[in-house]
Formats: sequence, structure tokens, C-alpha cells
Amino acid sequence: MVFQDPYGSLNPHRRVGSIIGDPLAVHGVAGGPARRWRVQELMELVGLNPEHYNRYPAEFSGGQRQRVGVARALALRPRLIVCDEPVSALDVSIRAQILNLLAELQRELDLTYLFISHDLSVVRQVSDRVAVMYLGKLAEVAPVAELYRRPRHPYVAALLSAVPVADPDLADRRERIILAGDPPSPIHPPAGCRFHPRCPKARARCVDEAPPLVSRGGDGASHPTACHFPVEPGEDLAHEHAAIDQPDQEAADGLPRVAGSTTP
Amino acid sequence: MTVTAPGQAAADAAAARPEAIQGRGPWRLAWERLHRDPVAIASAVTLVVIAVAAVAAPAVAHAVGHGPDDQYPTIGLTPAGLPVGPSQTFLLGTDNLGRDLLVRILYGARISLMVGVVATVLATVAGVVVGLAAGYLGGPADLVLSRFMDMVLSFPYLLLAIALVSVFGSSLTISMLVIAFFSWAAIGRVVRGQALSIREKEYVEASWSVGSGAMRVMFVDILPNLLAPVLVLATLLVPAAIVFEATLSFLGLGVPPPTPTWGGMLSDSLAFYQVAWWFPLFPGLALLATTLAFNLLGDGVRDALDPTAGRAGGGGDR
Amino acid sequence: MARFLARRLLFGLLVLWIVSGAVFVLFFVAPHDPARLIAGKLATPQTIALVNHRLGLDRPLPEQYASFIWRLLHGDLGYSYYSNAPVSQLLASRLPVTVSLALGGAVLWLAVGIGVGVAAARRPRSLVDRGGAVLMLAGLSMPTFLVGLLLIYFLFFRLHLAGITWFPPGGYVPLAQDPAGWAQHLLLPWVTLAAVTAATYSRLTRSSMLEVLGEDYIRTARSKGLSEDRVVYRHGLRSALTPVVTLLGIDLGTLLGGVIVTEQVFGLPGLGQLAWQSVTTQDLPVIIGTVLVASTFIVVANLLVDLGYALLDPRVRPS
Repeated sequence: MVFQDPYGSLNPHRRVGSIIGDPLAVHGVAGGPARRWRVQELMELVGLNPEHYNRYPAEFSGGQRQRVGVARALALRPRLIVCDEPVSALDVSIRAQILNLLAELQRELDLTYLFISHDLSVVRQVSDRVAVMYLGKLAEVAPVAELYRRPRHPYVAALLSAVPVADPDLADRRERIILAGDPPSPIHPPAGCRFHPRCPKARARCVDEAPPLVSRGGDGASHPTACHFPVEPGEDLAHEHAAIDQPDQEAADGLPRVAGSTTP
Repeated sequence: MTVTAPGQAAADAAAARPEAIQGRGPWRLAWERLHRDPVAIASAVTLVVIAVAAVAAPAVAHAVGHGPDDQYPTIGLTPAGLPVGPSQTFLLGTDNLGRDLLVRILYGARISLMVGVVATVLATVAGVVVGLAAGYLGGPADLVLSRFMDMVLSFPYLLLAIALVSVFGSSLTISMLVIAFFSWAAIGRVVRGQALSIREKEYVEASWSVGSGAMRVMFVDILPNLLAPVLVLATLLVPAAIVFEATLSFLGLGVPPPTPTWGGMLSDSLAFYQVAWWFPLFPGLALLATTLAFNLLGDGVRDALDPTAGRAGGGGDR
Repeated sequence: MARFLARRLLFGLLVLWIVSGAVFVLFFVAPHDPARLIAGKLATPQTIALVNHRLGLDRPLPEQYASFIWRLLHGDLGYSYYSNAPVSQLLASRLPVTVSLALGGAVLWLAVGIGVGVAAARRPRSLVDRGGAVLMLAGLSMPTFLVGLLLIYFLFFRLHLAGITWFPPGGYVPLAQDPAGWAQHLLLPWVTLAAVTAATYSRLTRSSMLEVLGEDYIRTARSKGLSEDRVVYRHGLRSALTPVVTLLGIDLGTLLGGVIVTEQVFGLPGLGQLAWQSVTTQDLPVIIGTVLVASTFIVVANLLVDLGYALLDPRVRPS
């Protein structure tokens, strides 16, 4: 697994060589010089100088530390690597380097990544398939091109409409879908469909029944959506209104909100 | 670059790979800061001198010709039976029984240093083990251990120490054990707090994710990261232990006479301070010098391990 | 909240029970013979047996313990073997002395410790800071009895020789009887206590103040143009004092149990001296009484400190 925080995910008291070799030591795969050889090989693989084997994490930059994390994840030749927001804490230019590294490694080593991120542009660049979650439940799963072109779940549609557009004229002309209220507390999730308090298309059925994750309408089996009333092509969510009462001034956990928190 | 398999490549790899550069870890950096701190250096030197003096006590006794328990009623006491002041024969004077004060002070140093260091080491080991277990394991183990530490901390120390010593008799070992018993919980509490917060750090999660077991995580990941405050605390516990021992000796509960202890000498000197100023002065100075040196060294160690503590506004190391 | 309190209270009672039990067991494990001590050196075996019987020491151990607990629950702490006075009366008569000593000393060490700590925090690494640290440390490094003796020597003995009798070397004068005398007799003991304890407080205040002074809201106050003094004292000190108050609570709790050494050195008839006496005379009821009082103070102090924390910081409350 590759972790998010390049500063916190490496033990400051251990040398990077020892950190990268940890999986090898724990599982008894290699010891002594063989382990060191393997670690230095991994370091070269991720773009680090193997001479720095005995250096401490504090002596590396953020991007380099993240490479150490990747090397550690690769130590046992995995087939799947979970990347938990691996570039969120990095500078934008470094971000590109690390993403390129990950892509290159994927090609060379035939890897599969479970890549977690908040950044929609990164997701678009990196993914083959995308799964979007809301409040702990899967909302929609689709191949990347399809998701970005034709999202079916209202939440996903709103999310995508919120991505900043570089061209100011285009941005002005675009209608953003504004969701009412704030996300409720995950400790007390809403009944039925968890998105119903904020969904512009919510109806009575959404409150009673949690929608299953199945393909809807004309979508193929590779594009399931968890929504009773998925977005149809040509639909303008920005001007839709829900058919039920939504606690627009109050979050689900009962705390009153300051008026005006939903305005853009 | 493609991944090659180990084996045949290992031989030429060993030749091809350059020697790794040594890194400078947190301990090395702290050490560099420490040895530039004049107060810390002075304290350390003082302690070394005291330790050497303590070790050399028999040699000094031999050189001067007086043992620590030898009484010299004729040359060591005035005709009135009072102690004799510093002179050529008795460099620091004598005590109320005509014993050479210098030699007794040196032998007393052995007791003080031994009790201080051994009691602190015992307390630290116990405290670290219990605190680490409590902080890492959490749940019922933590509950039981924490409550136990709270209980020990709730005892009225001196009172119970007195009671314990009066029950089991006074001896060197008892003194050390008593002092250690009342100090370990303080370390344990600090260690537990540290372990609890370190446990939440991402590198611990990373260790779990590669399959490290509890023991490995505790000793490789958590322990090195909490040693810094423990080290500071231990360095500051030694003088507290020495003072505790002196207090016990003063009350007559420490190492039994005629073994010389600083506290005991101070206690004996009470009746004579009006006529023999050297009698309380020199043991008192020795005690003060030792404890002050440890305290200043402890402060220096703390500053070396966490230089941000001295600056208003703090600062990270990034 | 109430459950939190109840749990801590129960735990405190548990501690008291265990402590008293420990003392009880210790007493009987030790080679001792209070009957002999009381009966005197020349007593015959019969007399000793009689005394034993009267004190109830010849009954089996569990029975003695059971009767002890029973009486304890009724508030009866028994009678001293040594002086036959009721233990509770002894404790009550000694308490004001110890309280005067502890509280007076606390005022002094707080004033000095916090003062030095704040001054040091305002000018870190300066002469004030370093000098203050060394001075405080000197006090901390000395055993209490040594400080006491030094003070007696210099401020009593030497001055006495010169004809000045400002600082009596000991004894206690009740407050109600003569306030001036009360203070005068307690002056040296207060200074002794303060000298030894101030260092911890100055260190704590200093590090706490340094942390607080680095906060953004202090920077805001300064940029509003407030005088430095006002910034430090009105805005900074308030938050910096939290750990100090915590430590104070715990220290007072410990001290109120009897400042043995100081009371010995200055001849003050307080709980500490009583405790010491009772151990040397193997006076079990009094030993247990003093240990219980001391433990109670500590437990209560800990409880108050925990309570204070929970009130001040909502995050600490178990929800």
C-alpha cells in the first residue's frame, strides 16, 4: 500500500533502506546482502539513488519520500497495490512525476492499482475504471470515459459539474449543479438512499428504499448505478427540484446551520 | 530498466553498487547539538569527575592512609572531643568520630551514584515495558495497567517508603528497590501517553500493512520514537533518586552505618554545625554538585533532542 | 458526566482501601512488638500478654482486619497505642499546622516560580532565562532538609549571633492566637518548601508560556497595538497556566499528607511529624490514620484535577 502523507508514513528513526526492506524482513523472504541488493534494486526502479540506502527520511524531499513508499509497496512483488491518495500531499509538479512513475511501473511490472483520490482530474488521467462513493456506499461504477461523459448518478453529475474549467468564458456560461445542505454525519446516515437529503431528483421512494447497484436503462453490465431515478441524457439537473422535503437548513445530525451556507 | 532476478547478478552487483552514504538520523543530530552546549558539557564533565572519584575512592584512601570507617580519636578529634578542621593530615577535616571526611565523601559518592543510577534504570525499564504495553495494546490490558499505575502514583511516597524500610530493615538493596518502586509509574504514564499517540501515526499503519506483528511494531517503530522524552525524564530522575536516598539516610532509614552516605553525614553533622562548619559543608557541596550536574545535563539533553522548545513560536524541521 | 465522577470516586475508594490494607499487612509482616514497646523494657511476659490482649493483638489476623474495617466505616479510627488519644483527634489537631505550611509554601513557590517562568519565556535564552534556570535548579537539586538546615544556619544562627532574632528556627504558633507570630515562625519553613518546589513550576510555566506566545492570537493581540505587558499577562498567561494548575493540585494533595522532612527540621507539630513518630513507635492505628489522610488528600486532589480538565476541555469528557 502506498500512503498519503510522505512525511508521516516513514518512521523518522529508521533508514530508508531498512524501511523499504521491511516487508522482506517480516516475511523472511531475504536477509543480509540479498535483502540489501533487492532494496537497492527497488530504489533504482523508483528513481532513487541506491547510494542513499542509509539515509533517513528527513534527508529526502516530499516527492522522494513518496518514491520510498512506492518502493516499499513493491518489495514483495505484489499484483495489486492500493494507493491511498498518494499524490494529494505533493506539489503539482511533483505530482506529475509520481503519477508518471506509477504508470511506468504498472507497464513494467504488470500491476493493478486501487487508486483512491479526491482530485477528479487525477482520477481521469490515471483510471481505467472509476467507482464513486458517497457516505460509505458505492454510487456509480463505470469505465472512465463513460463516467465523465455520461454520469448517471445525480451525485456524480454534481461532482463533475463542480470541476473548475480553465476557460473563463466557458466557465461563466456553464450551469453548476448546487447541492443543498452539507454532507450528513456518517455515524447517522440517512435512511433509504443516503443521498436523498441533497439530491435534486429525490422522490418518496428514495426515502424508503435504498437503491441497489445495478446497471440502469441502456447501460451495460460494466456500468452499474445505485439510483432509482438516474440522470437521463439531456436532463438539466441544475434546474431540477426534489419532490420531497429536504432538510436544507439543517444537517441530518440535528445541528442548525448558519443561513447562507448553501449559496455559492 | 527491467527487474532482473537475484542470483548470478548478485556477484557483479556487489562489485557494481557504490558504497552507501551514511545518513544523519535524529540521534546523531541531537548528539551534535548536545556537544555544542557548554552547560551540558560542563555538567557531563563534572559527573565524570565525580564518577572517577567514586571509583578511585579506595585508591585515595590508600594514598592518604585513612580508611572510610577508621576512627582517629587522638589526631582526628580535638582534646574536647570535637572534629578537627581541614589540615594536611585530613584534607577536608574529620567528622564527630574522628573519621577522614574526604575519604568518607568519596565512598559516599559510590552509594549515591549507585543508588541513583540503578534505581533509575530499574524504574525506567519497568516503566517503559508497562507503558508501552498499555499504550499499544489498549483495551482491557491498558485499563488494568493504567489503573495500576494510577494507584501507585496515589501512594504517599515518603510515608510508605518509611513504613517499608522500617518493616524490611534498611539496606542498600532495599533503598534502591523502594526508590525504583515509587518512580516507575511516572515513566510508565509518560510512555503510555506517547505510545498512544505514536500508535496513530501513519508509519505504524504502514508497518501493519506489510505484515509486522505486535512485537516488531512496538520495538522497531514505537520505541525509538518515544525514547527521547524517556531519556530526558530518566536523566532528571537520577538526581531525584539521589535526593530521595539522601533524605532516607538523613532520617536514618538509608544504608545503615557505618557505611558512609552523604545524607547520613549531613544528619550527623547537625549537632556540630556550630563548631565544625566543614562537617556539613563538604558533604552538602558534594550532594549539590552531583544533583545540579544531573539536572543541568538533563535540561541540555532535552534541548538537544527538541531544539524547538526554546524558541517562541516553535518550529518544525521541514 | 455523573457516571465519570462516580467511576473516579469508586476508584479513589478502591485506592484508599488497598493502601490501608497494604499498611495493615505490612505492619503484621514486620518483626515488631508494639506491646513490648508500650509495656516498657522491664515488663514481664505476663504484662506483655495482657497488653497484647487489651490491644486485641492476640486475635487472629482476619478478625483484626475485619474489626478494623468495621470501625473505619463508622468513622472510628481507633486509639493510639502510644498515647491512648483517639486517632481522629490527633489528626485533627495536627492538620492546621500542615495546612498552614503547605498553603503558605504554595503561595510563595507559585509567586516565584510563575514570575521567573514568565520572565524567562519573554526573553528566551537570555541571561534572565539561563540565570533563572540555574537558580531554580539549585533549589530543586537539594534535599529539603538541606535547604532547611542552610536557612536555619544562615538566617537564624548567624543572625542570632549578631543579635537579630527575626527568624525563629522552629515551633508553631496557632494563627488564632497570634497571627504575627504564626507567620514569623512559618517563614523559614515556607521558604524551604518554596525553594525546593519553585523550579518545577518555573520550568513548566516557561515552556507553557513559550508555546502559548507562539500562537496566532497572541500575534493578533500584538498587532492590535496592545502593550507587551498586557499581551503577556492578560492574554498569554491565562491559557499557559492550565498545566500549572494541574500540577498544583497534585502537589498540594501530596503535601497535605504531611511534609515530613520540613516539619522534622523545624519542629512543627504537623501530620508529617505525627506520621514519623507513629512509625518509629509502631503505633499502628496512627500509622493507618495518617496514611489514610494522606492518601485521601491525594485521591481528592487527583479527582479535582481530572474534574477540572473535563470542565475546561470538552474533548476530554467521555461522551
